[in-house]
Amino acid sequence: MQTKHKVNISISTIVIYVLLSLGALVMVFPFYWMITGAFKTAVQIQMFPPLWIPTSFALDNFQTALSMAPFATYFMNSVIAMIGCVSCCSFTTILGAFAFSRLDFPGKNIVFGLLLGLMMVPFEMIVITNYRTIIDLGVYNTIFALIVPFTSSIFYMYILKGFFDSVPTSLYYAAKIDGCSDWKYLWKVMVPLAKPSLVTIILLNAIATWNSFLWPMLAVSDPSVRTLPFGLYAFVSEGGAHTELMMAASTMIVVPMIILFMFARKQIVNGVARGGLKG
Amino acid sequence: MMDIAKIKQQEKRQRLFDKIKPFGYLAPFAIGVTIFTLYPIVNVFMIAFQENYNYITKTYDSIGFDNFAYIFSDPYFIQALQNTFMYVLIVIPISLCLSILIAYLLNQKVKFKGVYQTAYFLPMVTSTLAVGLAWKFMFNYRSGVINYLLNLIGIESINWLQVTTYNFPALCIYGIWSILPFTIILLLSGLQNIDPLYYTAARVDGANEKTIFFRITLPLLKPTIFLVLIINTISVFKVFNELFPLFNGPGVSNNMFTVVYYIFYQFRVRMPGEYGYAAAAAVVLFFIIFIFTMIQKYIEKKAKE
Repeated sequence: MQTKHKVNISISTIVIYVLLSLGALVMVFPFYWMITGAFKTAVQIQMFPPLWIPTSFALDNFQTALSMAPFATYFMNSVIAMIGCVSCCSFTTILGAFAFSRLDFPGKNIVFGLLLGLMMVPFEMIVITNYRTIIDLGVYNTIFALIVPFTSSIFYMYILKGFFDSVPTSLYYAAKIDGCSDWKYLWKVMVPLAKPSLVTIILLNAIATWNSFLWPMLAVSDPSVRTLPFGLYAFVSEGGAHTELMMAASTMIVVPMIILFMFARKQIVNGVARGGLKG
Repeated sequence: MMDIAKIKQQEKRQRLFDKIKPFGYLAPFAIGVTIFTLYPIVNVFMIAFQENYNYITKTYDSIGFDNFAYIFSDPYFIQALQNTFMYVLIVIPISLCLSILIAYLLNQKVKFKGVYQTAYFLPMVTSTLAVGLAWKFMFNYRSGVINYLLNLIGIESINWLQVTTYNFPALCIYGIWSILPFTIILLLSGLQNIDPLYYTAARVDGANEKTIFFRITLPLLKPTIFLVLIINTISVFKVFNELFPLFNGPGVSNNMFTVVYYIFYQFRVRMPGEYGYAAAAAVVLFFIIFIFTMIQKYIEKKAKE
């Protein structure tokens, strides 16, 4: 009896590992295919049956892609837009969350309720007006057009306020008695305490900005201000791009996020589990 | 006497400052939200009801339901609604079943959990566009790896991207794959919230794994499953980005319109942009999502009780 039981367990364990590995293979395969595709020649990439492992790891396709479209510029724009969005949004989020969590002002609860209602409005709906607004503001087709609409986020403010609320108020009053100003208390006590939440918000925001496609496609048109996903789409849709070059360019967009995810998996997963993704 | 007056004045100033201060903290946040979230909503609702609206001169003829009458008689919009609802109906249940299975397996005592998690969650952090191009390459009729695998099991090659009937299945396959990570994460955290005591008790009573799964795990996971259903429906309803890498837009013969693509098409693809029609479609999108959100809030409230 005892041995039979043991055998049963090991069979079910094997089944679990086989199923999990098969699933993982399906999830990872497109990435494998993209990255290996970036190292294949124009002939190899059209082979059928396909070539499973590339024969060389020369960077020819990357060089060709970089010479055909200004991917270095796109990359820089993506980095600038990401830093701009994340830093502006974090700043307004910290101040806003603090005001809603610790300070008193008339109509606070009504305003907060209204904000919660606004959170469900799909970005795709308000894009129509925002497109006109950035034209009216005169920032259409500049890097600012990619940053200005995202300087504040109700969603991130809501997450951070939740954390600020969990910090005991006694700490706040103790600091006040010691003559600590609100401003100092926020930056010297609250922000360091909220570091894990802040890191999560920053990571989610950075990922969302890096991958955003709809808004850059609307807000800029010149190659000099395009970000990577939009630049890649232009590269593909303007014709002449071979598959192996498309894969090389896609690899350039995807790899930074893969690296980021490997280092910060826990924070990102926790953030997603708590509030879901933006957009 | 002078001093007291001075102190009083100072106190008054301090009190005024205290009253204004919260608004100082709020201002940077509030300005952004007002200009880029609050105003656009009001504006979109207004444009949707303004007939023959001209965005350059900001004038309109009258107020009424013309824009709605137009979009509901526009075959593209009807097609967009059909495609989007069909997409939701296919992607949501399939991705949910797969995710429950994977989350259940990931929740077992397995080694290399970090490796598996990284593998399963990667699509969540990577660009829809870039990964979509990899899928386009995999869907290729002549040299695609998907057709190669189909040939291996005796199925003839399918022209996924160039033949209209196969566009939709291709989009669904890619859609299911991309929504899995998010779904698995939510279900996994739901599973981890189940008290292990239930399992121990069931095992003591001699229940096998199958009974435990269907009689304990699934019923306890029910609130999470409902929540995931609604959140995913809202997000899947906005399918848009996926169309660009796979089809360069709405399919080979304008057969892949979705609601969000229709909005985009009316105000950006058409020249000059038809803002009224786009706004009307956006209002329709808003109400569909509004209904789902209300259901979500109701479930969340019930789960808390």
